[in-house]
Amino acid sequence: MIRGEAFRITILLAAIGALAALVFGEIESAGRHSAWTASELALLRSLSIDSLPPVPPEPSNALADDRRAAKLGQQLFFDPRLSGNGQVACATCHQPGRRFTDGLPKARAIGTARRNTPSIVGQAYSPWLYWDGRKDSLWSQALAPLEDPAEHGGNRMAYVRFIATDPEYRASYEQVFGRLPDLHDERRFPPAAGPLPDPALRASWLAMNPRDRRTVNEVFANIGKAIGAYERRLLPGPSRFDAYVQAVVDGDQARQREALAPAEVAGLRLFIGRAQCIQCHNGPLLTNNEFHNTGIISYPGDLPDRGRYDGLRQVDEDPFNCLGPYSDATTDDCSELRFARRGPELIGAVRTPSLRNLQGTAPYMHKGQLPTLADVIEHYVTAPEAMIGHNEAKPLGLSRTERDQLEAFLRTLSAPVAMPAVGESAP
Amino acid sequence: MPAGRNVLLFLSVVAACIGVASAAAADGWVSSRGLYRIAVNPSLDPIPINRIHRWMLEVETAAGAPVQGAKISVTGGMPEHDHGLPTAPRVTREPSEGRYQLEGVRFHMNGYWEMTITISGPAGRDTVVIPVQVR
Repeated sequence: MIRGEAFRITILLAAIGALAALVFGEIESAGRHSAWTASELALLRSLSIDSLPPVPPEPSNALADDRRAAKLGQQLFFDPRLSGNGQVACATCHQPGRRFTDGLPKARAIGTARRNTPSIVGQAYSPWLYWDGRKDSLWSQALAPLEDPAEHGGNRMAYVRFIATDPEYRASYEQVFGRLPDLHDERRFPPAAGPLPDPALRASWLAMNPRDRRTVNEVFANIGKAIGAYERRLLPGPSRFDAYVQAVVDGDQARQREALAPAEVAGLRLFIGRAQCIQCHNGPLLTNNEFHNTGIISYPGDLPDRGRYDGLRQVDEDPFNCLGPYSDATTDDCSELRFARRGPELIGAVRTPSLRNLQGTAPYMHKGQLPTLADVIEHYVTAPEAMIGHNEAKPLGLSRTERDQLEAFLRTLSAPVAMPAVGESAP
Repeated sequence: MPAGRNVLLFLSVVAACIGVASAAAADGWVSSRGLYRIAVNPSLDPIPINRIHRWMLEVETAAGAPVQGAKISVTGGMPEHDHGLPTAPRVTREPSEGRYQLEGVRFHMNGYWEMTITISGPAGRDTVVIPVQVR
């Protein structure tokens, strides 16, 4: 009986204690709006847009920071005449209103592309382009869709002819890159040719003198260099998250509360802590631009994507890479390509995307496999076995509330695109 | 957390701090069998995240003589996460006696890394593990 009474009292006290811990814990956490440790604060600052260094130089493109080149590139970016059917511009899939993406699982132009359209905003900071890093510069990347039969579906000889025959483009091109070659002799420079799967175009290309092929490649590369000069100016602007970090740094609680709601702060805590997002989504662009296998399931009907494993082989063989004859870089400038990591751990690995481009860019992942942010978080909570290679991520023990908090935080990273010098939309 | 693991964690944190502090120190690191002494000078200081850069390695014998013409290989990784470096750094030249230029170093995550440098020189083959804290 006494033992029973004591037991009941113990239970009661424990319950009161638990309730008190809950209540005071909540009060404490609400009052501790800015209670970040010094190392947490250092992490927050490392993620802030204020920590973003100036756009790194692109030595493989001597005109990367030339304003006239950027202006020409902007015109080309929005011009559907740069396609096989006259209807596809870069902006067809990289739509400014959708943060330079298209809202589709896989890009659709003349046909359907292999993967999801990535945003261009902030890409100037990445040593690698594409989900599989098969390109190592913005300018070199810009060339590939132009000749892809599923995308712009054209050929380099026709593009070079177009620039040479359009009076406005001809003048702009020559202002930036110098005199265009004389292409009047159609026996040397046929109307259409390129090293493409199409047998007729390929045969025309191979029939050309190697010197003439090189001449055409130089102008073609310059088209890419102009587009790259435009694209590198597309940068993310400051978000609510950045305002919050500044308020924390300033110790201004009112501004902290104004910038982020408690659930968003809780999500941020998870982001840099238990959810381990910061492992790969680090730095002010919230990406390490590296390649990771996180066990994303294959797109329905597709074989598992080998990702970086194949991408590295392609960039090695690409004549438009940093070490190639059309690059303006010295060997020393091409460290990323020369010292790229190889090996089977790259099977199924794709590039970490920036989280500053989440708003309006669903569906997510390299083939748009996950329709919403909630699906993305769910994927990392589960961390399923990879279909190919090895999933680097481990399952996360996040409650329903925590998943919602994490999603709420991710939404605070939204911000308009910042565009120094040239405009975002069609000229 | 078991006490042993605590001690290990403490030691690794201490080692990491020492690593940062003495990355450019003249006395440097002694290889595991005591054959070589190595000092490292990263071209970027403090070592940033996500930026490829170079290290200058200075290799001496235990007696302090520069080691010329050694074969040096470097691997690295994050022991806590069980993964390697995102790049494959290599020694590309020896600009002066005992000084070796290591190119292609990049760290893609914040935290504790280890760089394992293997030196094959006249005295034999030996390895040194250098702790690196990236913030």
